[in-house]
Amino acid sequence: MSVAIKANRLTPYMFLAPAGIILIFALLYPIGYMVYASFLDWSPSQRIGQAEFIGLRNYINLWGDEAFRESFWVTIRFAGIVVTLEMVLGVGLALLLDRNIRGMALLRTVFILPMMIAPIVVGLMWRYMYHPTVGIFNRTLKNLGFEGIPWLSDSTWAFIAVVIADVWQWTPFIFILALAAMQSLPRSALEAAEIDGANEWQKILMIKLPLMMPVLIVTLLLRLIDAFKVLEVILVLTNGGPGLSTEILALRIFRTAQEFQELGEAAAMSNLLLMMLMALTIGMFAYNRVQEARLSRQRAAAEKDDN
Amino acid sequence: MPRIRLDNLVKRYGDFEVLHGIDLEMEENEFTVLVGPSGCGKSTTLRMIAGLETVSDGEIYIGDRPVSQLEPKARDLAMVFQDYALYPHMNVAKNMSFALRLQRRPRKEIDEKVGAVAEMLGLTNFLHRKPGELSGGQRQRVAMGRALTRDAGTFLFDEPLSNLDAKLRGQMRAELALMRQKVRKNMIYVTHDQIEAMTLGDRIVVMNGGYIQQQGTPEELFKRPANKFVAGFLGSPPMNFLDAEIQSLGGQVIVSGDGFEIALPEEKAATASGHTASSIILGLRPSDLHYSPDAPEHEAIDLKVIVSEYIGAQSVLLCHCGAQKIEVELKSETPIALGETLRFAVNREAIHMFDRETEVAIR
Repeated sequence: MSVAIKANRLTPYMFLAPAGIILIFALLYPIGYMVYASFLDWSPSQRIGQAEFIGLRNYINLWGDEAFRESFWVTIRFAGIVVTLEMVLGVGLALLLDRNIRGMALLRTVFILPMMIAPIVVGLMWRYMYHPTVGIFNRTLKNLGFEGIPWLSDSTWAFIAVVIADVWQWTPFIFILALAAMQSLPRSALEAAEIDGANEWQKILMIKLPLMMPVLIVTLLLRLIDAFKVLEVILVLTNGGPGLSTEILALRIFRTAQEFQELGEAAAMSNLLLMMLMALTIGMFAYNRVQEARLSRQRAAAEKDDN
Repeated sequence: MPRIRLDNLVKRYGDFEVLHGIDLEMEENEFTVLVGPSGCGKSTTLRMIAGLETVSDGEIYIGDRPVSQLEPKARDLAMVFQDYALYPHMNVAKNMSFALRLQRRPRKEIDEKVGAVAEMLGLTNFLHRKPGELSGGQRQRVAMGRALTRDAGTFLFDEPLSNLDAKLRGQMRAELALMRQKVRKNMIYVTHDQIEAMTLGDRIVVMNGGYIQQQGTPEELFKRPANKFVAGFLGSPPMNFLDAEIQSLGGQVIVSGDGFEIALPEEKAATASGHTASSIILGLRPSDLHYSPDAPEHEAIDLKVIVSEYIGAQSVLLCHCGAQKIEVELKSETPIALGETLRFAVNREAIHMFDRETEVAIR
């Protein structure tokens, strides 16, 4: 092989190299570091080389740690509830607003505003609104003659409060994706359904939703991955309390490292979370693969008949 | 009693009027074809009958019932769309049975109907395939099958063949004609293809610019076009138009123009002399011009061949008649050379004349 050809073959890799190097330093190195740290008994006062290697003991400790198990369930419960609510509301809103009415463009923009606000700010905003005496909710309730609600000081209400804030912020995400999916549906198929005698509900249930399903499933998985990692809003709103009622995993990890100074154990928790998210991500890719394979099989079948 | 009647139907988008009062009556079980160039309002008319577009003014009657304010599903229609509009997530059987399933008909009845229609359209082996696994022609057939399974009173077709390639289109056209013989229902068919219109329609409605130009049987429209637009739209190759003058010369009425002089037969002569203006447009169909070197002078036209398009047994010749262009047909084996001047006899009974101002036929 001549030098010129060899150089030609290498050209694409040279262009990829800068991105590759950044990826190695910014992604693979920290992850490797974290995995390694999870096998150490390591406090922030030590350099990593001085930390004692303790094998899997961090993971075994986690298994027996009631607080960790609690926050694991809080996370699952939180992610399950918010994502379900967001899917229902987001898709519902998209179904409602998928029409040409004057001012709809403005309305749609307003709907996606919450998503654009930094999570910390969202947390602060809601904390003021939930404030037991001066917050808008309790003031309104009192003006109407009702008792105020202990939004952030009662464990059940605190969980509801963080769920509401998250739903408020992330429903728009589902909404815009669902709306985009809906607007790319084949118009004539919907018209055909109308002529075939379908009413609005039947059109939604039998045509629109099934056709949107691939997009909705990917949206659901994306949102689920995000919900498992949520931190800032809850940190600002409740800091995990009262008790452990709103302490989701990310917050637990943060506190284990910051307050309890157990870097090794925090790393082990992070690894568990990472593995869970990895499973979801792989699930998402697998779903896409299956979809693509099915489509190409269909195309192949159609082409065979054409000849 | 007319089955479907459009009464002064108007469609406006904002201030922009696209249909200017369409009046149309279709007899029971008639196959009506709406034909015209893009943007003539034919699809809009069909979609208004279907209930997919609102009616700005006027009324649509199906039987005696005004339907313009009814939902599509209340109009007892089935429709075949240009892009088939199949439900991509349902297999062929489910696609075809969708309307019946919505009506909650018994399972057995649905299966029988779908089976019978699938049999008729040759879809029996594809019932479990999804639309994505079908070829264009098969999808088209499923769309047709879905409409047939519904057993509606009226069938609407919105350019159903225009997404198919030429060969398949010919096949499907024949199948449609065959299906037409088996299914006696009201059918309204929209197309821009005049061959589809001529071969399928009991009645053709030619539209242009949001107006009906003429309606009638294919033969009526072909033989007695009401105006220059209809004359030029139907027929292939299209009718030739030549600017001409009418003059009386020694007891004969002659139409003459740049490079030709033709004596009109008696009946045409009477009509032509009765017309107020002497400047007209002469319409000659290629099929009414026959190569004939010995034809008498006033019954023929001399043409200089510019281009010859070989299309098999026949060739289409593009010629010059004076400075005007004209197309004629000729048996391909006739030995001719480009640039040669040939004499063509004119079938004078089939001459068409149009007013030069209004373009309306002179009869």
